[in-house]
Amino acid sequence: MPNVFGTPLKRREDPRLITGKGNFTDDIQLPGMLYMAVLRSPHAHARIKRIDVSAARQVPGVVAVYTGKDLEGKMGTIPTAWLVPDSDIKTPPHHALAVDQVRYVGDGIALVVAEDRYTVRDALELIDVEYEELPPVVNQEEAMKDGAPQLHEGVPNNIAFHWKAGEVPDEVFDRAEVVIRRRFYQQRLIPNPMETRAAVAQYNPSSGEMTIWCTSQNPHIHRFILSGVLGIPETKLQVVAPDVGGGFGCKIAVYPDEALVGYVARDLRRPVKWTEDRREHFTTTTHGRDMILDVELAGKRDGTLTALRIKNTANLGAYLSTAAPGVPTILFGLIAPGPYKIPKAAVEVIGVLTNTTPTDAYRGAGRPEATYQIERMIDLFADEIGMDPLEIRRKNLIREDEFPFDNALGLQYDSGNYHRALNKALEMINYDQFRKEQEEARKKGRYLGIGFSTYVEICGLGPSKVAGAVGFQGGLWESATVRVHPSGKISVFTGASPHGQGEETTFAQIVSQKLGVPVEDIEIVHGDTNRISMGWGTYGSRTTPVGGSAIAIACDRVLEKAKKIAAHALEVSESDLDFEDGAFQVQGVPGKKITFQEVTLQAYLAWNLPEGVEPSLEAQSFYDPANFVYPFGTHICILEVDGETGEVKLKKYVAVDDPGPVINPMVAEGQVHGGIVQGIGQALWEGAVYDENGQLISGTFMDYAMPKARFFPAFETAFTETPSPVNPLGVKGIGETGTIASTPAVVNAVVDALKPFGVKDLDMPLTPEKVWKAMQKGRREA
Amino acid sequence: MIPSAFDYTRATSVEEAVKLLQAAGGEAKLLAGGHSLLPMMKIKLTSPGKLIDIGRIKELSGIRKEGNRLVVGALTTHRQVAADPLVRKYAPVLAEAASQIGDIQVRNRGTVGGNLAHADPASDLPAVALALEAEFEVQGPDGKETLDAGGFFLGPLITALPENSILTSVSFAIPPEGAKSTYLKYPHPASGYAVVGVAAVVSTGPDGMVNDARIGITGVADTAYRAEEAERALVGKKLSEQTILEVAALASEGQEMASDLFASAEYRRHLTRVYTIRALKRLLI
Amino acid sequence: METGKVNVTVTVNGVRRSAMVEPRMLLVHFLRDGLGLVGTHIGCDTSQCGACTVLLDGEAVKSCTVLAVQADGSDVTTVEGLGDMENLHPVQEGFWEKHGLQCGFCTPGVMMTAVGLLKQNLNPTEEEIREGLEGVLCRCTGYQNIVRAVQYAAARMSESEGHREVAAAGDDSGEGGR
Repeated sequence: MPNVFGTPLKRREDPRLITGKGNFTDDIQLPGMLYMAVLRSPHAHARIKRIDVSAARQVPGVVAVYTGKDLEGKMGTIPTAWLVPDSDIKTPPHHALAVDQVRYVGDGIALVVAEDRYTVRDALELIDVEYEELPPVVNQEEAMKDGAPQLHEGVPNNIAFHWKAGEVPDEVFDRAEVVIRRRFYQQRLIPNPMETRAAVAQYNPSSGEMTIWCTSQNPHIHRFILSGVLGIPETKLQVVAPDVGGGFGCKIAVYPDEALVGYVARDLRRPVKWTEDRREHFTTTTHGRDMILDVELAGKRDGTLTALRIKNTANLGAYLSTAAPGVPTILFGLIAPGPYKIPKAAVEVIGVLTNTTPTDAYRGAGRPEATYQIERMIDLFADEIGMDPLEIRRKNLIREDEFPFDNALGLQYDSGNYHRALNKALEMINYDQFRKEQEEARKKGRYLGIGFSTYVEICGLGPSKVAGAVGFQGGLWESATVRVHPSGKISVFTGASPHGQGEETTFAQIVSQKLGVPVEDIEIVHGDTNRISMGWGTYGSRTTPVGGSAIAIACDRVLEKAKKIAAHALEVSESDLDFEDGAFQVQGVPGKKITFQEVTLQAYLAWNLPEGVEPSLEAQSFYDPANFVYPFGTHICILEVDGETGEVKLKKYVAVDDPGPVINPMVAEGQVHGGIVQGIGQALWEGAVYDENGQLISGTFMDYAMPKARFFPAFETAFTETPSPVNPLGVKGIGETGTIASTPAVVNAVVDALKPFGVKDLDMPLTPEKVWKAMQKGRREA
Repeated sequence: MIPSAFDYTRATSVEEAVKLLQAAGGEAKLLAGGHSLLPMMKIKLTSPGKLIDIGRIKELSGIRKEGNRLVVGALTTHRQVAADPLVRKYAPVLAEAASQIGDIQVRNRGTVGGNLAHADPASDLPAVALALEAEFEVQGPDGKETLDAGGFFLGPLITALPENSILTSVSFAIPPEGAKSTYLKYPHPASGYAVVGVAAVVSTGPDGMVNDARIGITGVADTAYRAEEAERALVGKKLSEQTILEVAALASEGQEMASDLFASAEYRRHLTRVYTIRALKRLLI
Repeated sequence: METGKVNVTVTVNGVRRSAMVEPRMLLVHFLRDGLGLVGTHIGCDTSQCGACTVLLDGEAVKSCTVLAVQADGSDVTTVEGLGDMENLHPVQEGFWEKHGLQCGFCTPGVMMTAVGLLKQNLNPTEEEIREGLEGVLCRCTGYQNIVRAVQYAAARMSESEGHREVAAAGDDSGEGGR
């Protein structure tokens, strides 16, 4: 059998993508297709007094114009799908087009449908709206105050939910030898996949069937929700995620726009396309982060950590997006103690609505925030007691023999060898040497810094009963169908919906490994609700641990049946057979064998099947994992701060990640690279900024600094492979580790570099001016 | 985003373009490479009713040496300037700056004339135009005239270019033999425009003393400017680390610093000093 | 708003294409909507991301910042014309070999930019490649494998350039084969 597990196979999705033959949503052209565009509110908070669409209607080529009032009662509101339990959650209605009140800059007000892209935009400008401006509130702490502007009826003080986990009495902190208290602001980020969102809808009036192609990370969730919003049964609604140009969480949510495209296509009985432009993306696609974290960490002078307590005040924006409530609570809170043995922990989260773009999952979703605070806190703790940041980690990291490990908030970490990853990363730098160089450099007025991040992540979402217990309105299992065709070629249907992560390749490797069939003979089918029975999609680094495991199990079921047929054909008992090199071999009788292909053909011909065995060779798995999985690792960043300008120059970056057995090291390394850059983006450059009127003042690529190639050195990456006992492949996730680990590694390194200036902490992004001002303050105080 | 609709005319000569401009009565804008204008039109910062495309007027392209000046046609692209042997030989600082504008794609398409006439306060070329005492050849309804760089940049996106006139070429003074020059820039991480850009051209006499210094600075104020006080302070002194430190503080003298999300006025003033120091130090070698 | 259309003739990937277009029609929309060449993508409105990069008369340009009328009479090469699976361009080959793409959305523009970069500098250093990528944004790869892909292509291209030079130098007639 070809040993393809662990091989850096070139990706099978690439041929179409490098020759311009990909099929992204905006590439879809249908006969008679119309274009839709949405008029967005320029105000953060206002009442709509009057809308005059008559001029827009008169533009030649305009087919229809709709306002929120036109649609009221004709389609459902856009729901949230994560009702965090015991949190008194409020779910104010989110109309696809605002009816009488707009609540953020970007809120949809009206839409135009026209014959072409240009006309529709021209007509949009001719819609005349009279607003009565209302005072906006953009900051979550301001929004909670008495007297603050209220966004929705029935949501007093704009508090959408209040959630708690764990408890640590005050006296634990009162009596602790050392207590560190720090506030961190996790700034707001714009996901900015390079493909903006888009949707195309086609309705067949004679059959009542509708197809919606859209930029989705989870087409079945889109179908589930849109079916309800549009009133089209799932039997007649097909949702397709074609090639999707990156998601990073922002294509999980179901937005008004996809629903509107469907509504309009049905109403006008013509295909309709909508494509967001980048400016719209900045204001209408969900943002990430925006959490204020007040953290207390208690411990002893010897470096032992004893208790962690966090209050997270999260900005949810104007409406509750699909997964939004789960991000600052479940995904952030439960993993907050990180990889350290902290016996007591408590997390309190207040979710607040404001006049800003709704927030939701963004690569890492909750876990980068959790990792950031604990990795920063442990450095601050070490600094306070005069301990090396490496030593305090070594002392508190969970040891290999302590797994499975129950953390203080009820999670059970599956497996790990944290010290091994740390040691491997240390082998890639020379720590002692670095400290000497740092000392020498400081004497010359050069400021080098080193930062560690020894993270653990919770991913592979997840067991469905846990999903239910934490309020997620869906399951988190995954489906796989492995269909062996008569020729022995194989189609695999997965409910996961990869959009750049490379599973068309890595999933084929799993099947190849299991069934001994060359990867060229295996097709991975995903992203189409009519072809795949059910699926929950790609997010939370679940695709390989959950979706891949489902495939592995389905393969096992195929083999099980094939073995029966093989034994029958060879007239031996099943226990006499070994499956190797793509054939069933009779033990001890060299040459007496039947190939997998021959068995397959027999399964289809069905001329001579064993008693009770049905024809065909196909198996399905609906795999529900027993637990989450917990990848971990160590990232180390070495950088230099320009003592005159505050500019941060990355010099060396080392990443050791442990995602369990690595299926395709090239693809896995690519995931790590991308993740690191996205995490460093948060640390150093990215930040969505609103002014007090709720205008997004970092609303283009001219202002919002996306990471560019020249900002980075080449990263040095490596893996350790500690299998997870949770799933049959032993795999964990790799899609988010880089983002989770890198942000604190970089900030820790900058703070380390700035030690001579007495700097303890800085708010991200660490722009040159911020760093310079911190140095100036240090110089004045020195 | 798409531009609003407009009428389009392709001019085949400068004279024709001027006539078209006049006939449009202020409604028209000139289109050269389009790399300053089209982005503004796409986000509707400007929506001219008429565009006059001068992009194919051959005589507006090219680089030649005339006496002690380099004449660069308005339509010459940044890439052509950056790679041109004459520019690299006689005005290397111009090539250095041109090679740092935007990115490869922008340099392939953006033009010197379009860039300077657009007068973005964070654009690179104005700093060099000032430091190389550029002269702007302009053709209008009343014929040709020459404008000095010193009086050309009036404010953000505002120049002394007369109405209905076309910038046809820009000539740059070739620094005296032995002069040293450099352009040093701190690019905005998102836009790539200069947060600060310093073009410095310094000549030293036989006595080892600076006898001419020209420093153009962009990105920090509402228009590029010459750091005249710093220049004066350099003349007559030996260019040394000590001198540089003394004069750099004067680089933002008398200028009101701009402020935005990325850099406050205070920080820009500081950066101006630091980048002036660093630019001048490059000339020590 | 009543504006006359103008005739535009562009040779795209070696094929002459004519159309009447609004003067404001961006080259990228002409290619995508007009000619159905949807391999060229649009990623922003402000000429930053470079997803729309094509070769215009052999040079990399952002087709969202060029009017179709400006390209009248020119040659345009899009990703569809760069090479197909039977005959991949070294840059395409590099992106495949070195995992220089993930979601693949920015990829056509990044590859065309790389072609433009290598045209101006066939032996770029890693730093020059990273600077050469200033005009493109990729949210997936972290750029490292894009850099490797460009290095791979540069090596392949200078190898075959070298072969051609050797062949030309060996040609005593002086005519050369180029």
